[in-house]
Amino acid sequence: MAAGMIKKTFLAPLGKDNPVFVQILGICSTLAVTNKLENTMVMTLGVMFTTALSSWTLSVMRKWIPSRIRMMVETMIIATYVIIVDIALKAFYPEMWKQLGPYVGLIITNCIVMGRIEAFALQNKPMLSLVDGLASGMGYAYVLLVIAFFRELLGTGTLWGYQILGSWWTNWSIMIMPPGGFFMLAIFIWIVREAVFKEGSK
Amino acid sequence: MNDILFPLAVFFAAVFTNNILLTNYLGMCSFLSVSKELETSAGLGIAVTFVMATTTAINWVVYHFLLVPFQLEYLRFIVFIIIIAAFVQLIEMVIERYSEGLYFALGIFLPLITVNCAILGASLFMVIREYSFMTSFFFGFGSGLGWLIAILAMAGIRQRLRTAKIPLGLDGPGISLIIAGFMAMAFMGFNGMITIS
Repeated sequence: MAAGMIKKTFLAPLGKDNPVFVQILGICSTLAVTNKLENTMVMTLGVMFTTALSSWTLSVMRKWIPSRIRMMVETMIIATYVIIVDIALKAFYPEMWKQLGPYVGLIITNCIVMGRIEAFALQNKPMLSLVDGLASGMGYAYVLLVIAFFRELLGTGTLWGYQILGSWWTNWSIMIMPPGGFFMLAIFIWIVREAVFKEGSK
Repeated sequence: MNDILFPLAVFFAAVFTNNILLTNYLGMCSFLSVSKELETSAGLGIAVTFVMATTTAINWVVYHFLLVPFQLEYLRFIVFIIIIAAFVQLIEMVIERYSEGLYFALGIFLPLITVNCAILGASLFMVIREYSFMTSFFFGFGSGLGWLIAILAMAGIRQRLRTAKIPLGLDGPGISLIIAGFMAMAFMGFNGMITIS
């Protein structure tokens, strides 16, 4: 397999095929934890782990899965990895596990995981699927990390729990409340799409 | 609070103050993609309400009488999602057999529901918040109703916006998210009406 193919597979989800901007997929389960950078980091790492490994597993098994029941098999594979994430988090990082609450379990219904399996892993070799899953997870992660960065900074004046902005800063408490998440994502999508359209019209 | 009033309080809280879509961002995928037409939104919303109320009740029974006694709580993700998928399939077969009109109205939405995060989310919230059976049922029902109200409002606003001139980059998902943001702000006005722990 050519190294160029792997590079192309790796770079596409980070740029022009980004799952969040282009398809608005999978924001459900993670947008809720973007009011803190630390929570978002843990959550997106969980998503990356699940996407990468379930794509790989499915790709290994793809020739033996009857297509009629493939949805069920896919869900099982995804749920297995999510349970691993959940148990690991509960064992090593119990406070974070408590804060994230039901959202770790909701990675199962995150459309990105299922979407990459259906669109990519079913037709491609295991290694390539692993790269694709990992890159999709990363493309997703950086968008949410940028959102979390601004939400935490503007909402509480802190980053990763440390005070960054001085006492002159008035907290925009709307940013850490639910509407802030919607507005930040909308603004982010707006800026990116505007840039893409400008490039396209040249 | 006493046993009769608490489920009702949870019900109203789930519809208004703790709306599952506008405060927990659950069910966003179908919310953004289906809310173009008022009628399809109503169809999906009703289907979601029904499935959410029933699966939350079923999952409560399975969790407390099957998983807890055998100490298999960690399997809840798999079990819940299988129950939801199986239940949706069952409903689809039943209404296909007995009511053709209803099948054409709701049938196309049923497969979409299995992957709706709000349904699984309601079941997971019920476990974490340690609700009783009645409370869980009302919580599921209220969450579904809250979702229905949110998607109906969204579809109404989007129909009005169809003739409006929107900046190119904001057209589509961008403007929908901003509307959702304003709706979340409006729903924050209900805060303090009911407080549940």
